[in-house]
Amino acid sequence: MRPFTYERAASPAAAIAAVTATPGAKFIAGGTNLLDLMKFEIETPTHLVDVRSLPLATIEDTEEGGLRIGALVTNTDLASHPRVKRDYGVLSRAIVAGATGQLRNKASVGGNLLQRNRCPYFYNTAVPCNKREPGSGCSAIGGVSRSLAVIGTSELCIAQNPGDMAVALRVLDARIEAMNAAGKTRTIPIAEFFRLPDFTPAVEFALRPGELITAVTLPPPIGGSHHYHKVRDRASYAFAIVSVAAVLHEDGTGRVAFGGVAPRPWRVERAEAELPQGSEAVVAAAFDGAKPTQDNAFKIPLAERALALVIAEGRG
Amino acid sequence: MSESPKLSASSGLASASIAEAPAPTSPHPSSRSSIPHSSVSLRVNGTRYALTLDTRTSLLDALREHLHLTGTKKGCDHGHCGACTVLVNGTRINACLSLAAMHDADEILTIEGLGTPDDLHPMQAAFLRHDAFQCGYCTPGQICSAVAILDEIERGVPSHATGDLTARMEASHSELRERMSGNICRCGAYSNIQAAIAEIVGGAA
Ligand SMILES: Cc1cc2nc3c(=O)[nH]c(=O)nc-3n(C[C@H](O)[C@H](O)[C@H](O)COP(=O)(O)OP(=O)(O)OC[C@H]3O[C@@H](n4cnc5c(N)ncnc54)[C@H](O)[C@@H]3O)c2cc1C
Ligand code: SF4
Ligand code: FES
Ligand code: FES
Repeated sequence: MRPFTYERAASPAAAIAAVTATPGAKFIAGGTNLLDLMKFEIETPTHLVDVRSLPLATIEDTEEGGLRIGALVTNTDLASHPRVKRDYGVLSRAIVAGATGQLRNKASVGGNLLQRNRCPYFYNTAVPCNKREPGSGCSAIGGVSRSLAVIGTSELCIAQNPGDMAVALRVLDARIEAMNAAGKTRTIPIAEFFRLPDFTPAVEFALRPGELITAVTLPPPIGGSHHYHKVRDRASYAFAIVSVAAVLHEDGTGRVAFGGVAPRPWRVERAEAELPQGSEAVVAAAFDGAKPTQDNAFKIPLAERALALVIAEGRG
Repeated sequence: MSESPKLSASSGLASASIAEAPAPTSPHPSSRSSIPHSSVSLRVNGTRYALTLDTRTSLLDALREHLHLTGTKKGCDHGHCGACTVLVNGTRINACLSLAAMHDADEILTIEGLGTPDDLHPMQAAFLRHDAFQCGYCTPGQICSAVAILDEIERGVPSHATGDLTARMEASHSELRERMSGNICRCGAYSNIQAAIAEIVGGAA
């Protein structure tokens, strides 16, 4: 690990000022992704600004009847919150489908959203990777790509977003609040938060340099039955090969997003309108234009079966 | 090597009294002056230690290499295996994926603080009774996790094995297995680990 200086921020403004003023500085929250990547020298910050003492760890009701979740709320506390369990079950389920109890106790909401991808070549500093070293090339194209994305990819990168929580936040139409050095807060809809690789695969998020995530907000509950089905290589404790987050209503309508298949949680509103027609119609529309590799083409039929299972579960 | 701190015999949780222990600092501070250090006050098993550490020092390395509390093990150093599980302010985390500097003023409990050979924690005793280990390397982490998951169930923290999210959580076999999935055992002692925890659950019910 490269040497770095460390400070604990006293206020959000001070944290943002410190990161903005110091070249190579980064925020650290739980550290479960950042420190892992620093050990591999994939991330090499020169200065860490610890944000965990900031007053951003509460979950509050909003005036409209939704929830405002502080960026430093742990994954465990979010999944365990009575209102989340009752009104946003898909979120609790997605969170506990990810990582382990130890990691979820440490991981924060903000850090979870900003976790980097799990492409094996991104982790292997001996080989080219456009995300790690822009312009060096993509080792996954023509390489081992079983776990990677089938849609939303580009000629420069085919990595998938590995997160579980974000897939649930996508079906719930969450919004991300971020504060900048001028003290201004802007709100980013989750649909726009994760960038597709296009020509700049190293730019993964809509967050600007120095911006601090302060909260994630959820609109009022939409009812329905809540589902998160994760297909992975082991029964527990593995990243998704395919996951399905869904909220289903009795009339057969609902919302659905797929994880593990694209550089962002993959929700296509036009596809979810097909829900009353069944899983095949939804998946055909959601994956229209997909460019899977030979290794990962299986993900599309797998997504269809996972959704079929969820729909059956929804019917009880 | 850094100087060994004198561990008070009363550092177990039951008899926790906050004592100032000598601060084992970096042995050659001058030769490393270009490497950033930070001062950290760690409260481990009821004893407070003032340390000056390279900022890169993980909580795990601080415990093992600086405080010589070697009960907490390093398996993967990347959050995968759970050998480094300790309790911080009552919740379990992987000590390898945390910086010591991030734990200034936190209350840390390691396997050494959970119980002693003369005064075993009930979970430690259950692991012994059920022969819940072979080489023993994963065991401190398994025991710390086992103690923590019972508290998590009590507090209504859901898991992937939970049926009704809003009902009272049960310490069923599938719940225990799922919740222990972050602790890998290369010797495959899982069934006895499961039996040891189940015995404590049964006894508590
Ligand atoms: C072994 C292992 C298995 C895992 N399995 C899964 C899994 O199955 N599913 C899954 O979804 N995830 C999984 N994860 C990833 C885990 O969810 C993330 O590591 C965690 O959520 C990151 O949160 P953190 O608070 O620790 O982030 P950190 O590591 O602290 O930060 C991550 C990034 O976010 C930035 N950051 C943090 N907070 C803020 C903020 N408020 N504003 C702006 N920037 C910020 C940091 O600068 C850093 O770049 C796994 C991780 C490990 C180690
Ligand atoms: S798929 Fe993306 S992350 Fe993987 S090697 Fe190619 S550029 Fe890197
Ligand atoms: S050593 Fe920390 S999880 Fe393996
Ligand atoms: S007892 Fe040997 S690794 Fe678990």
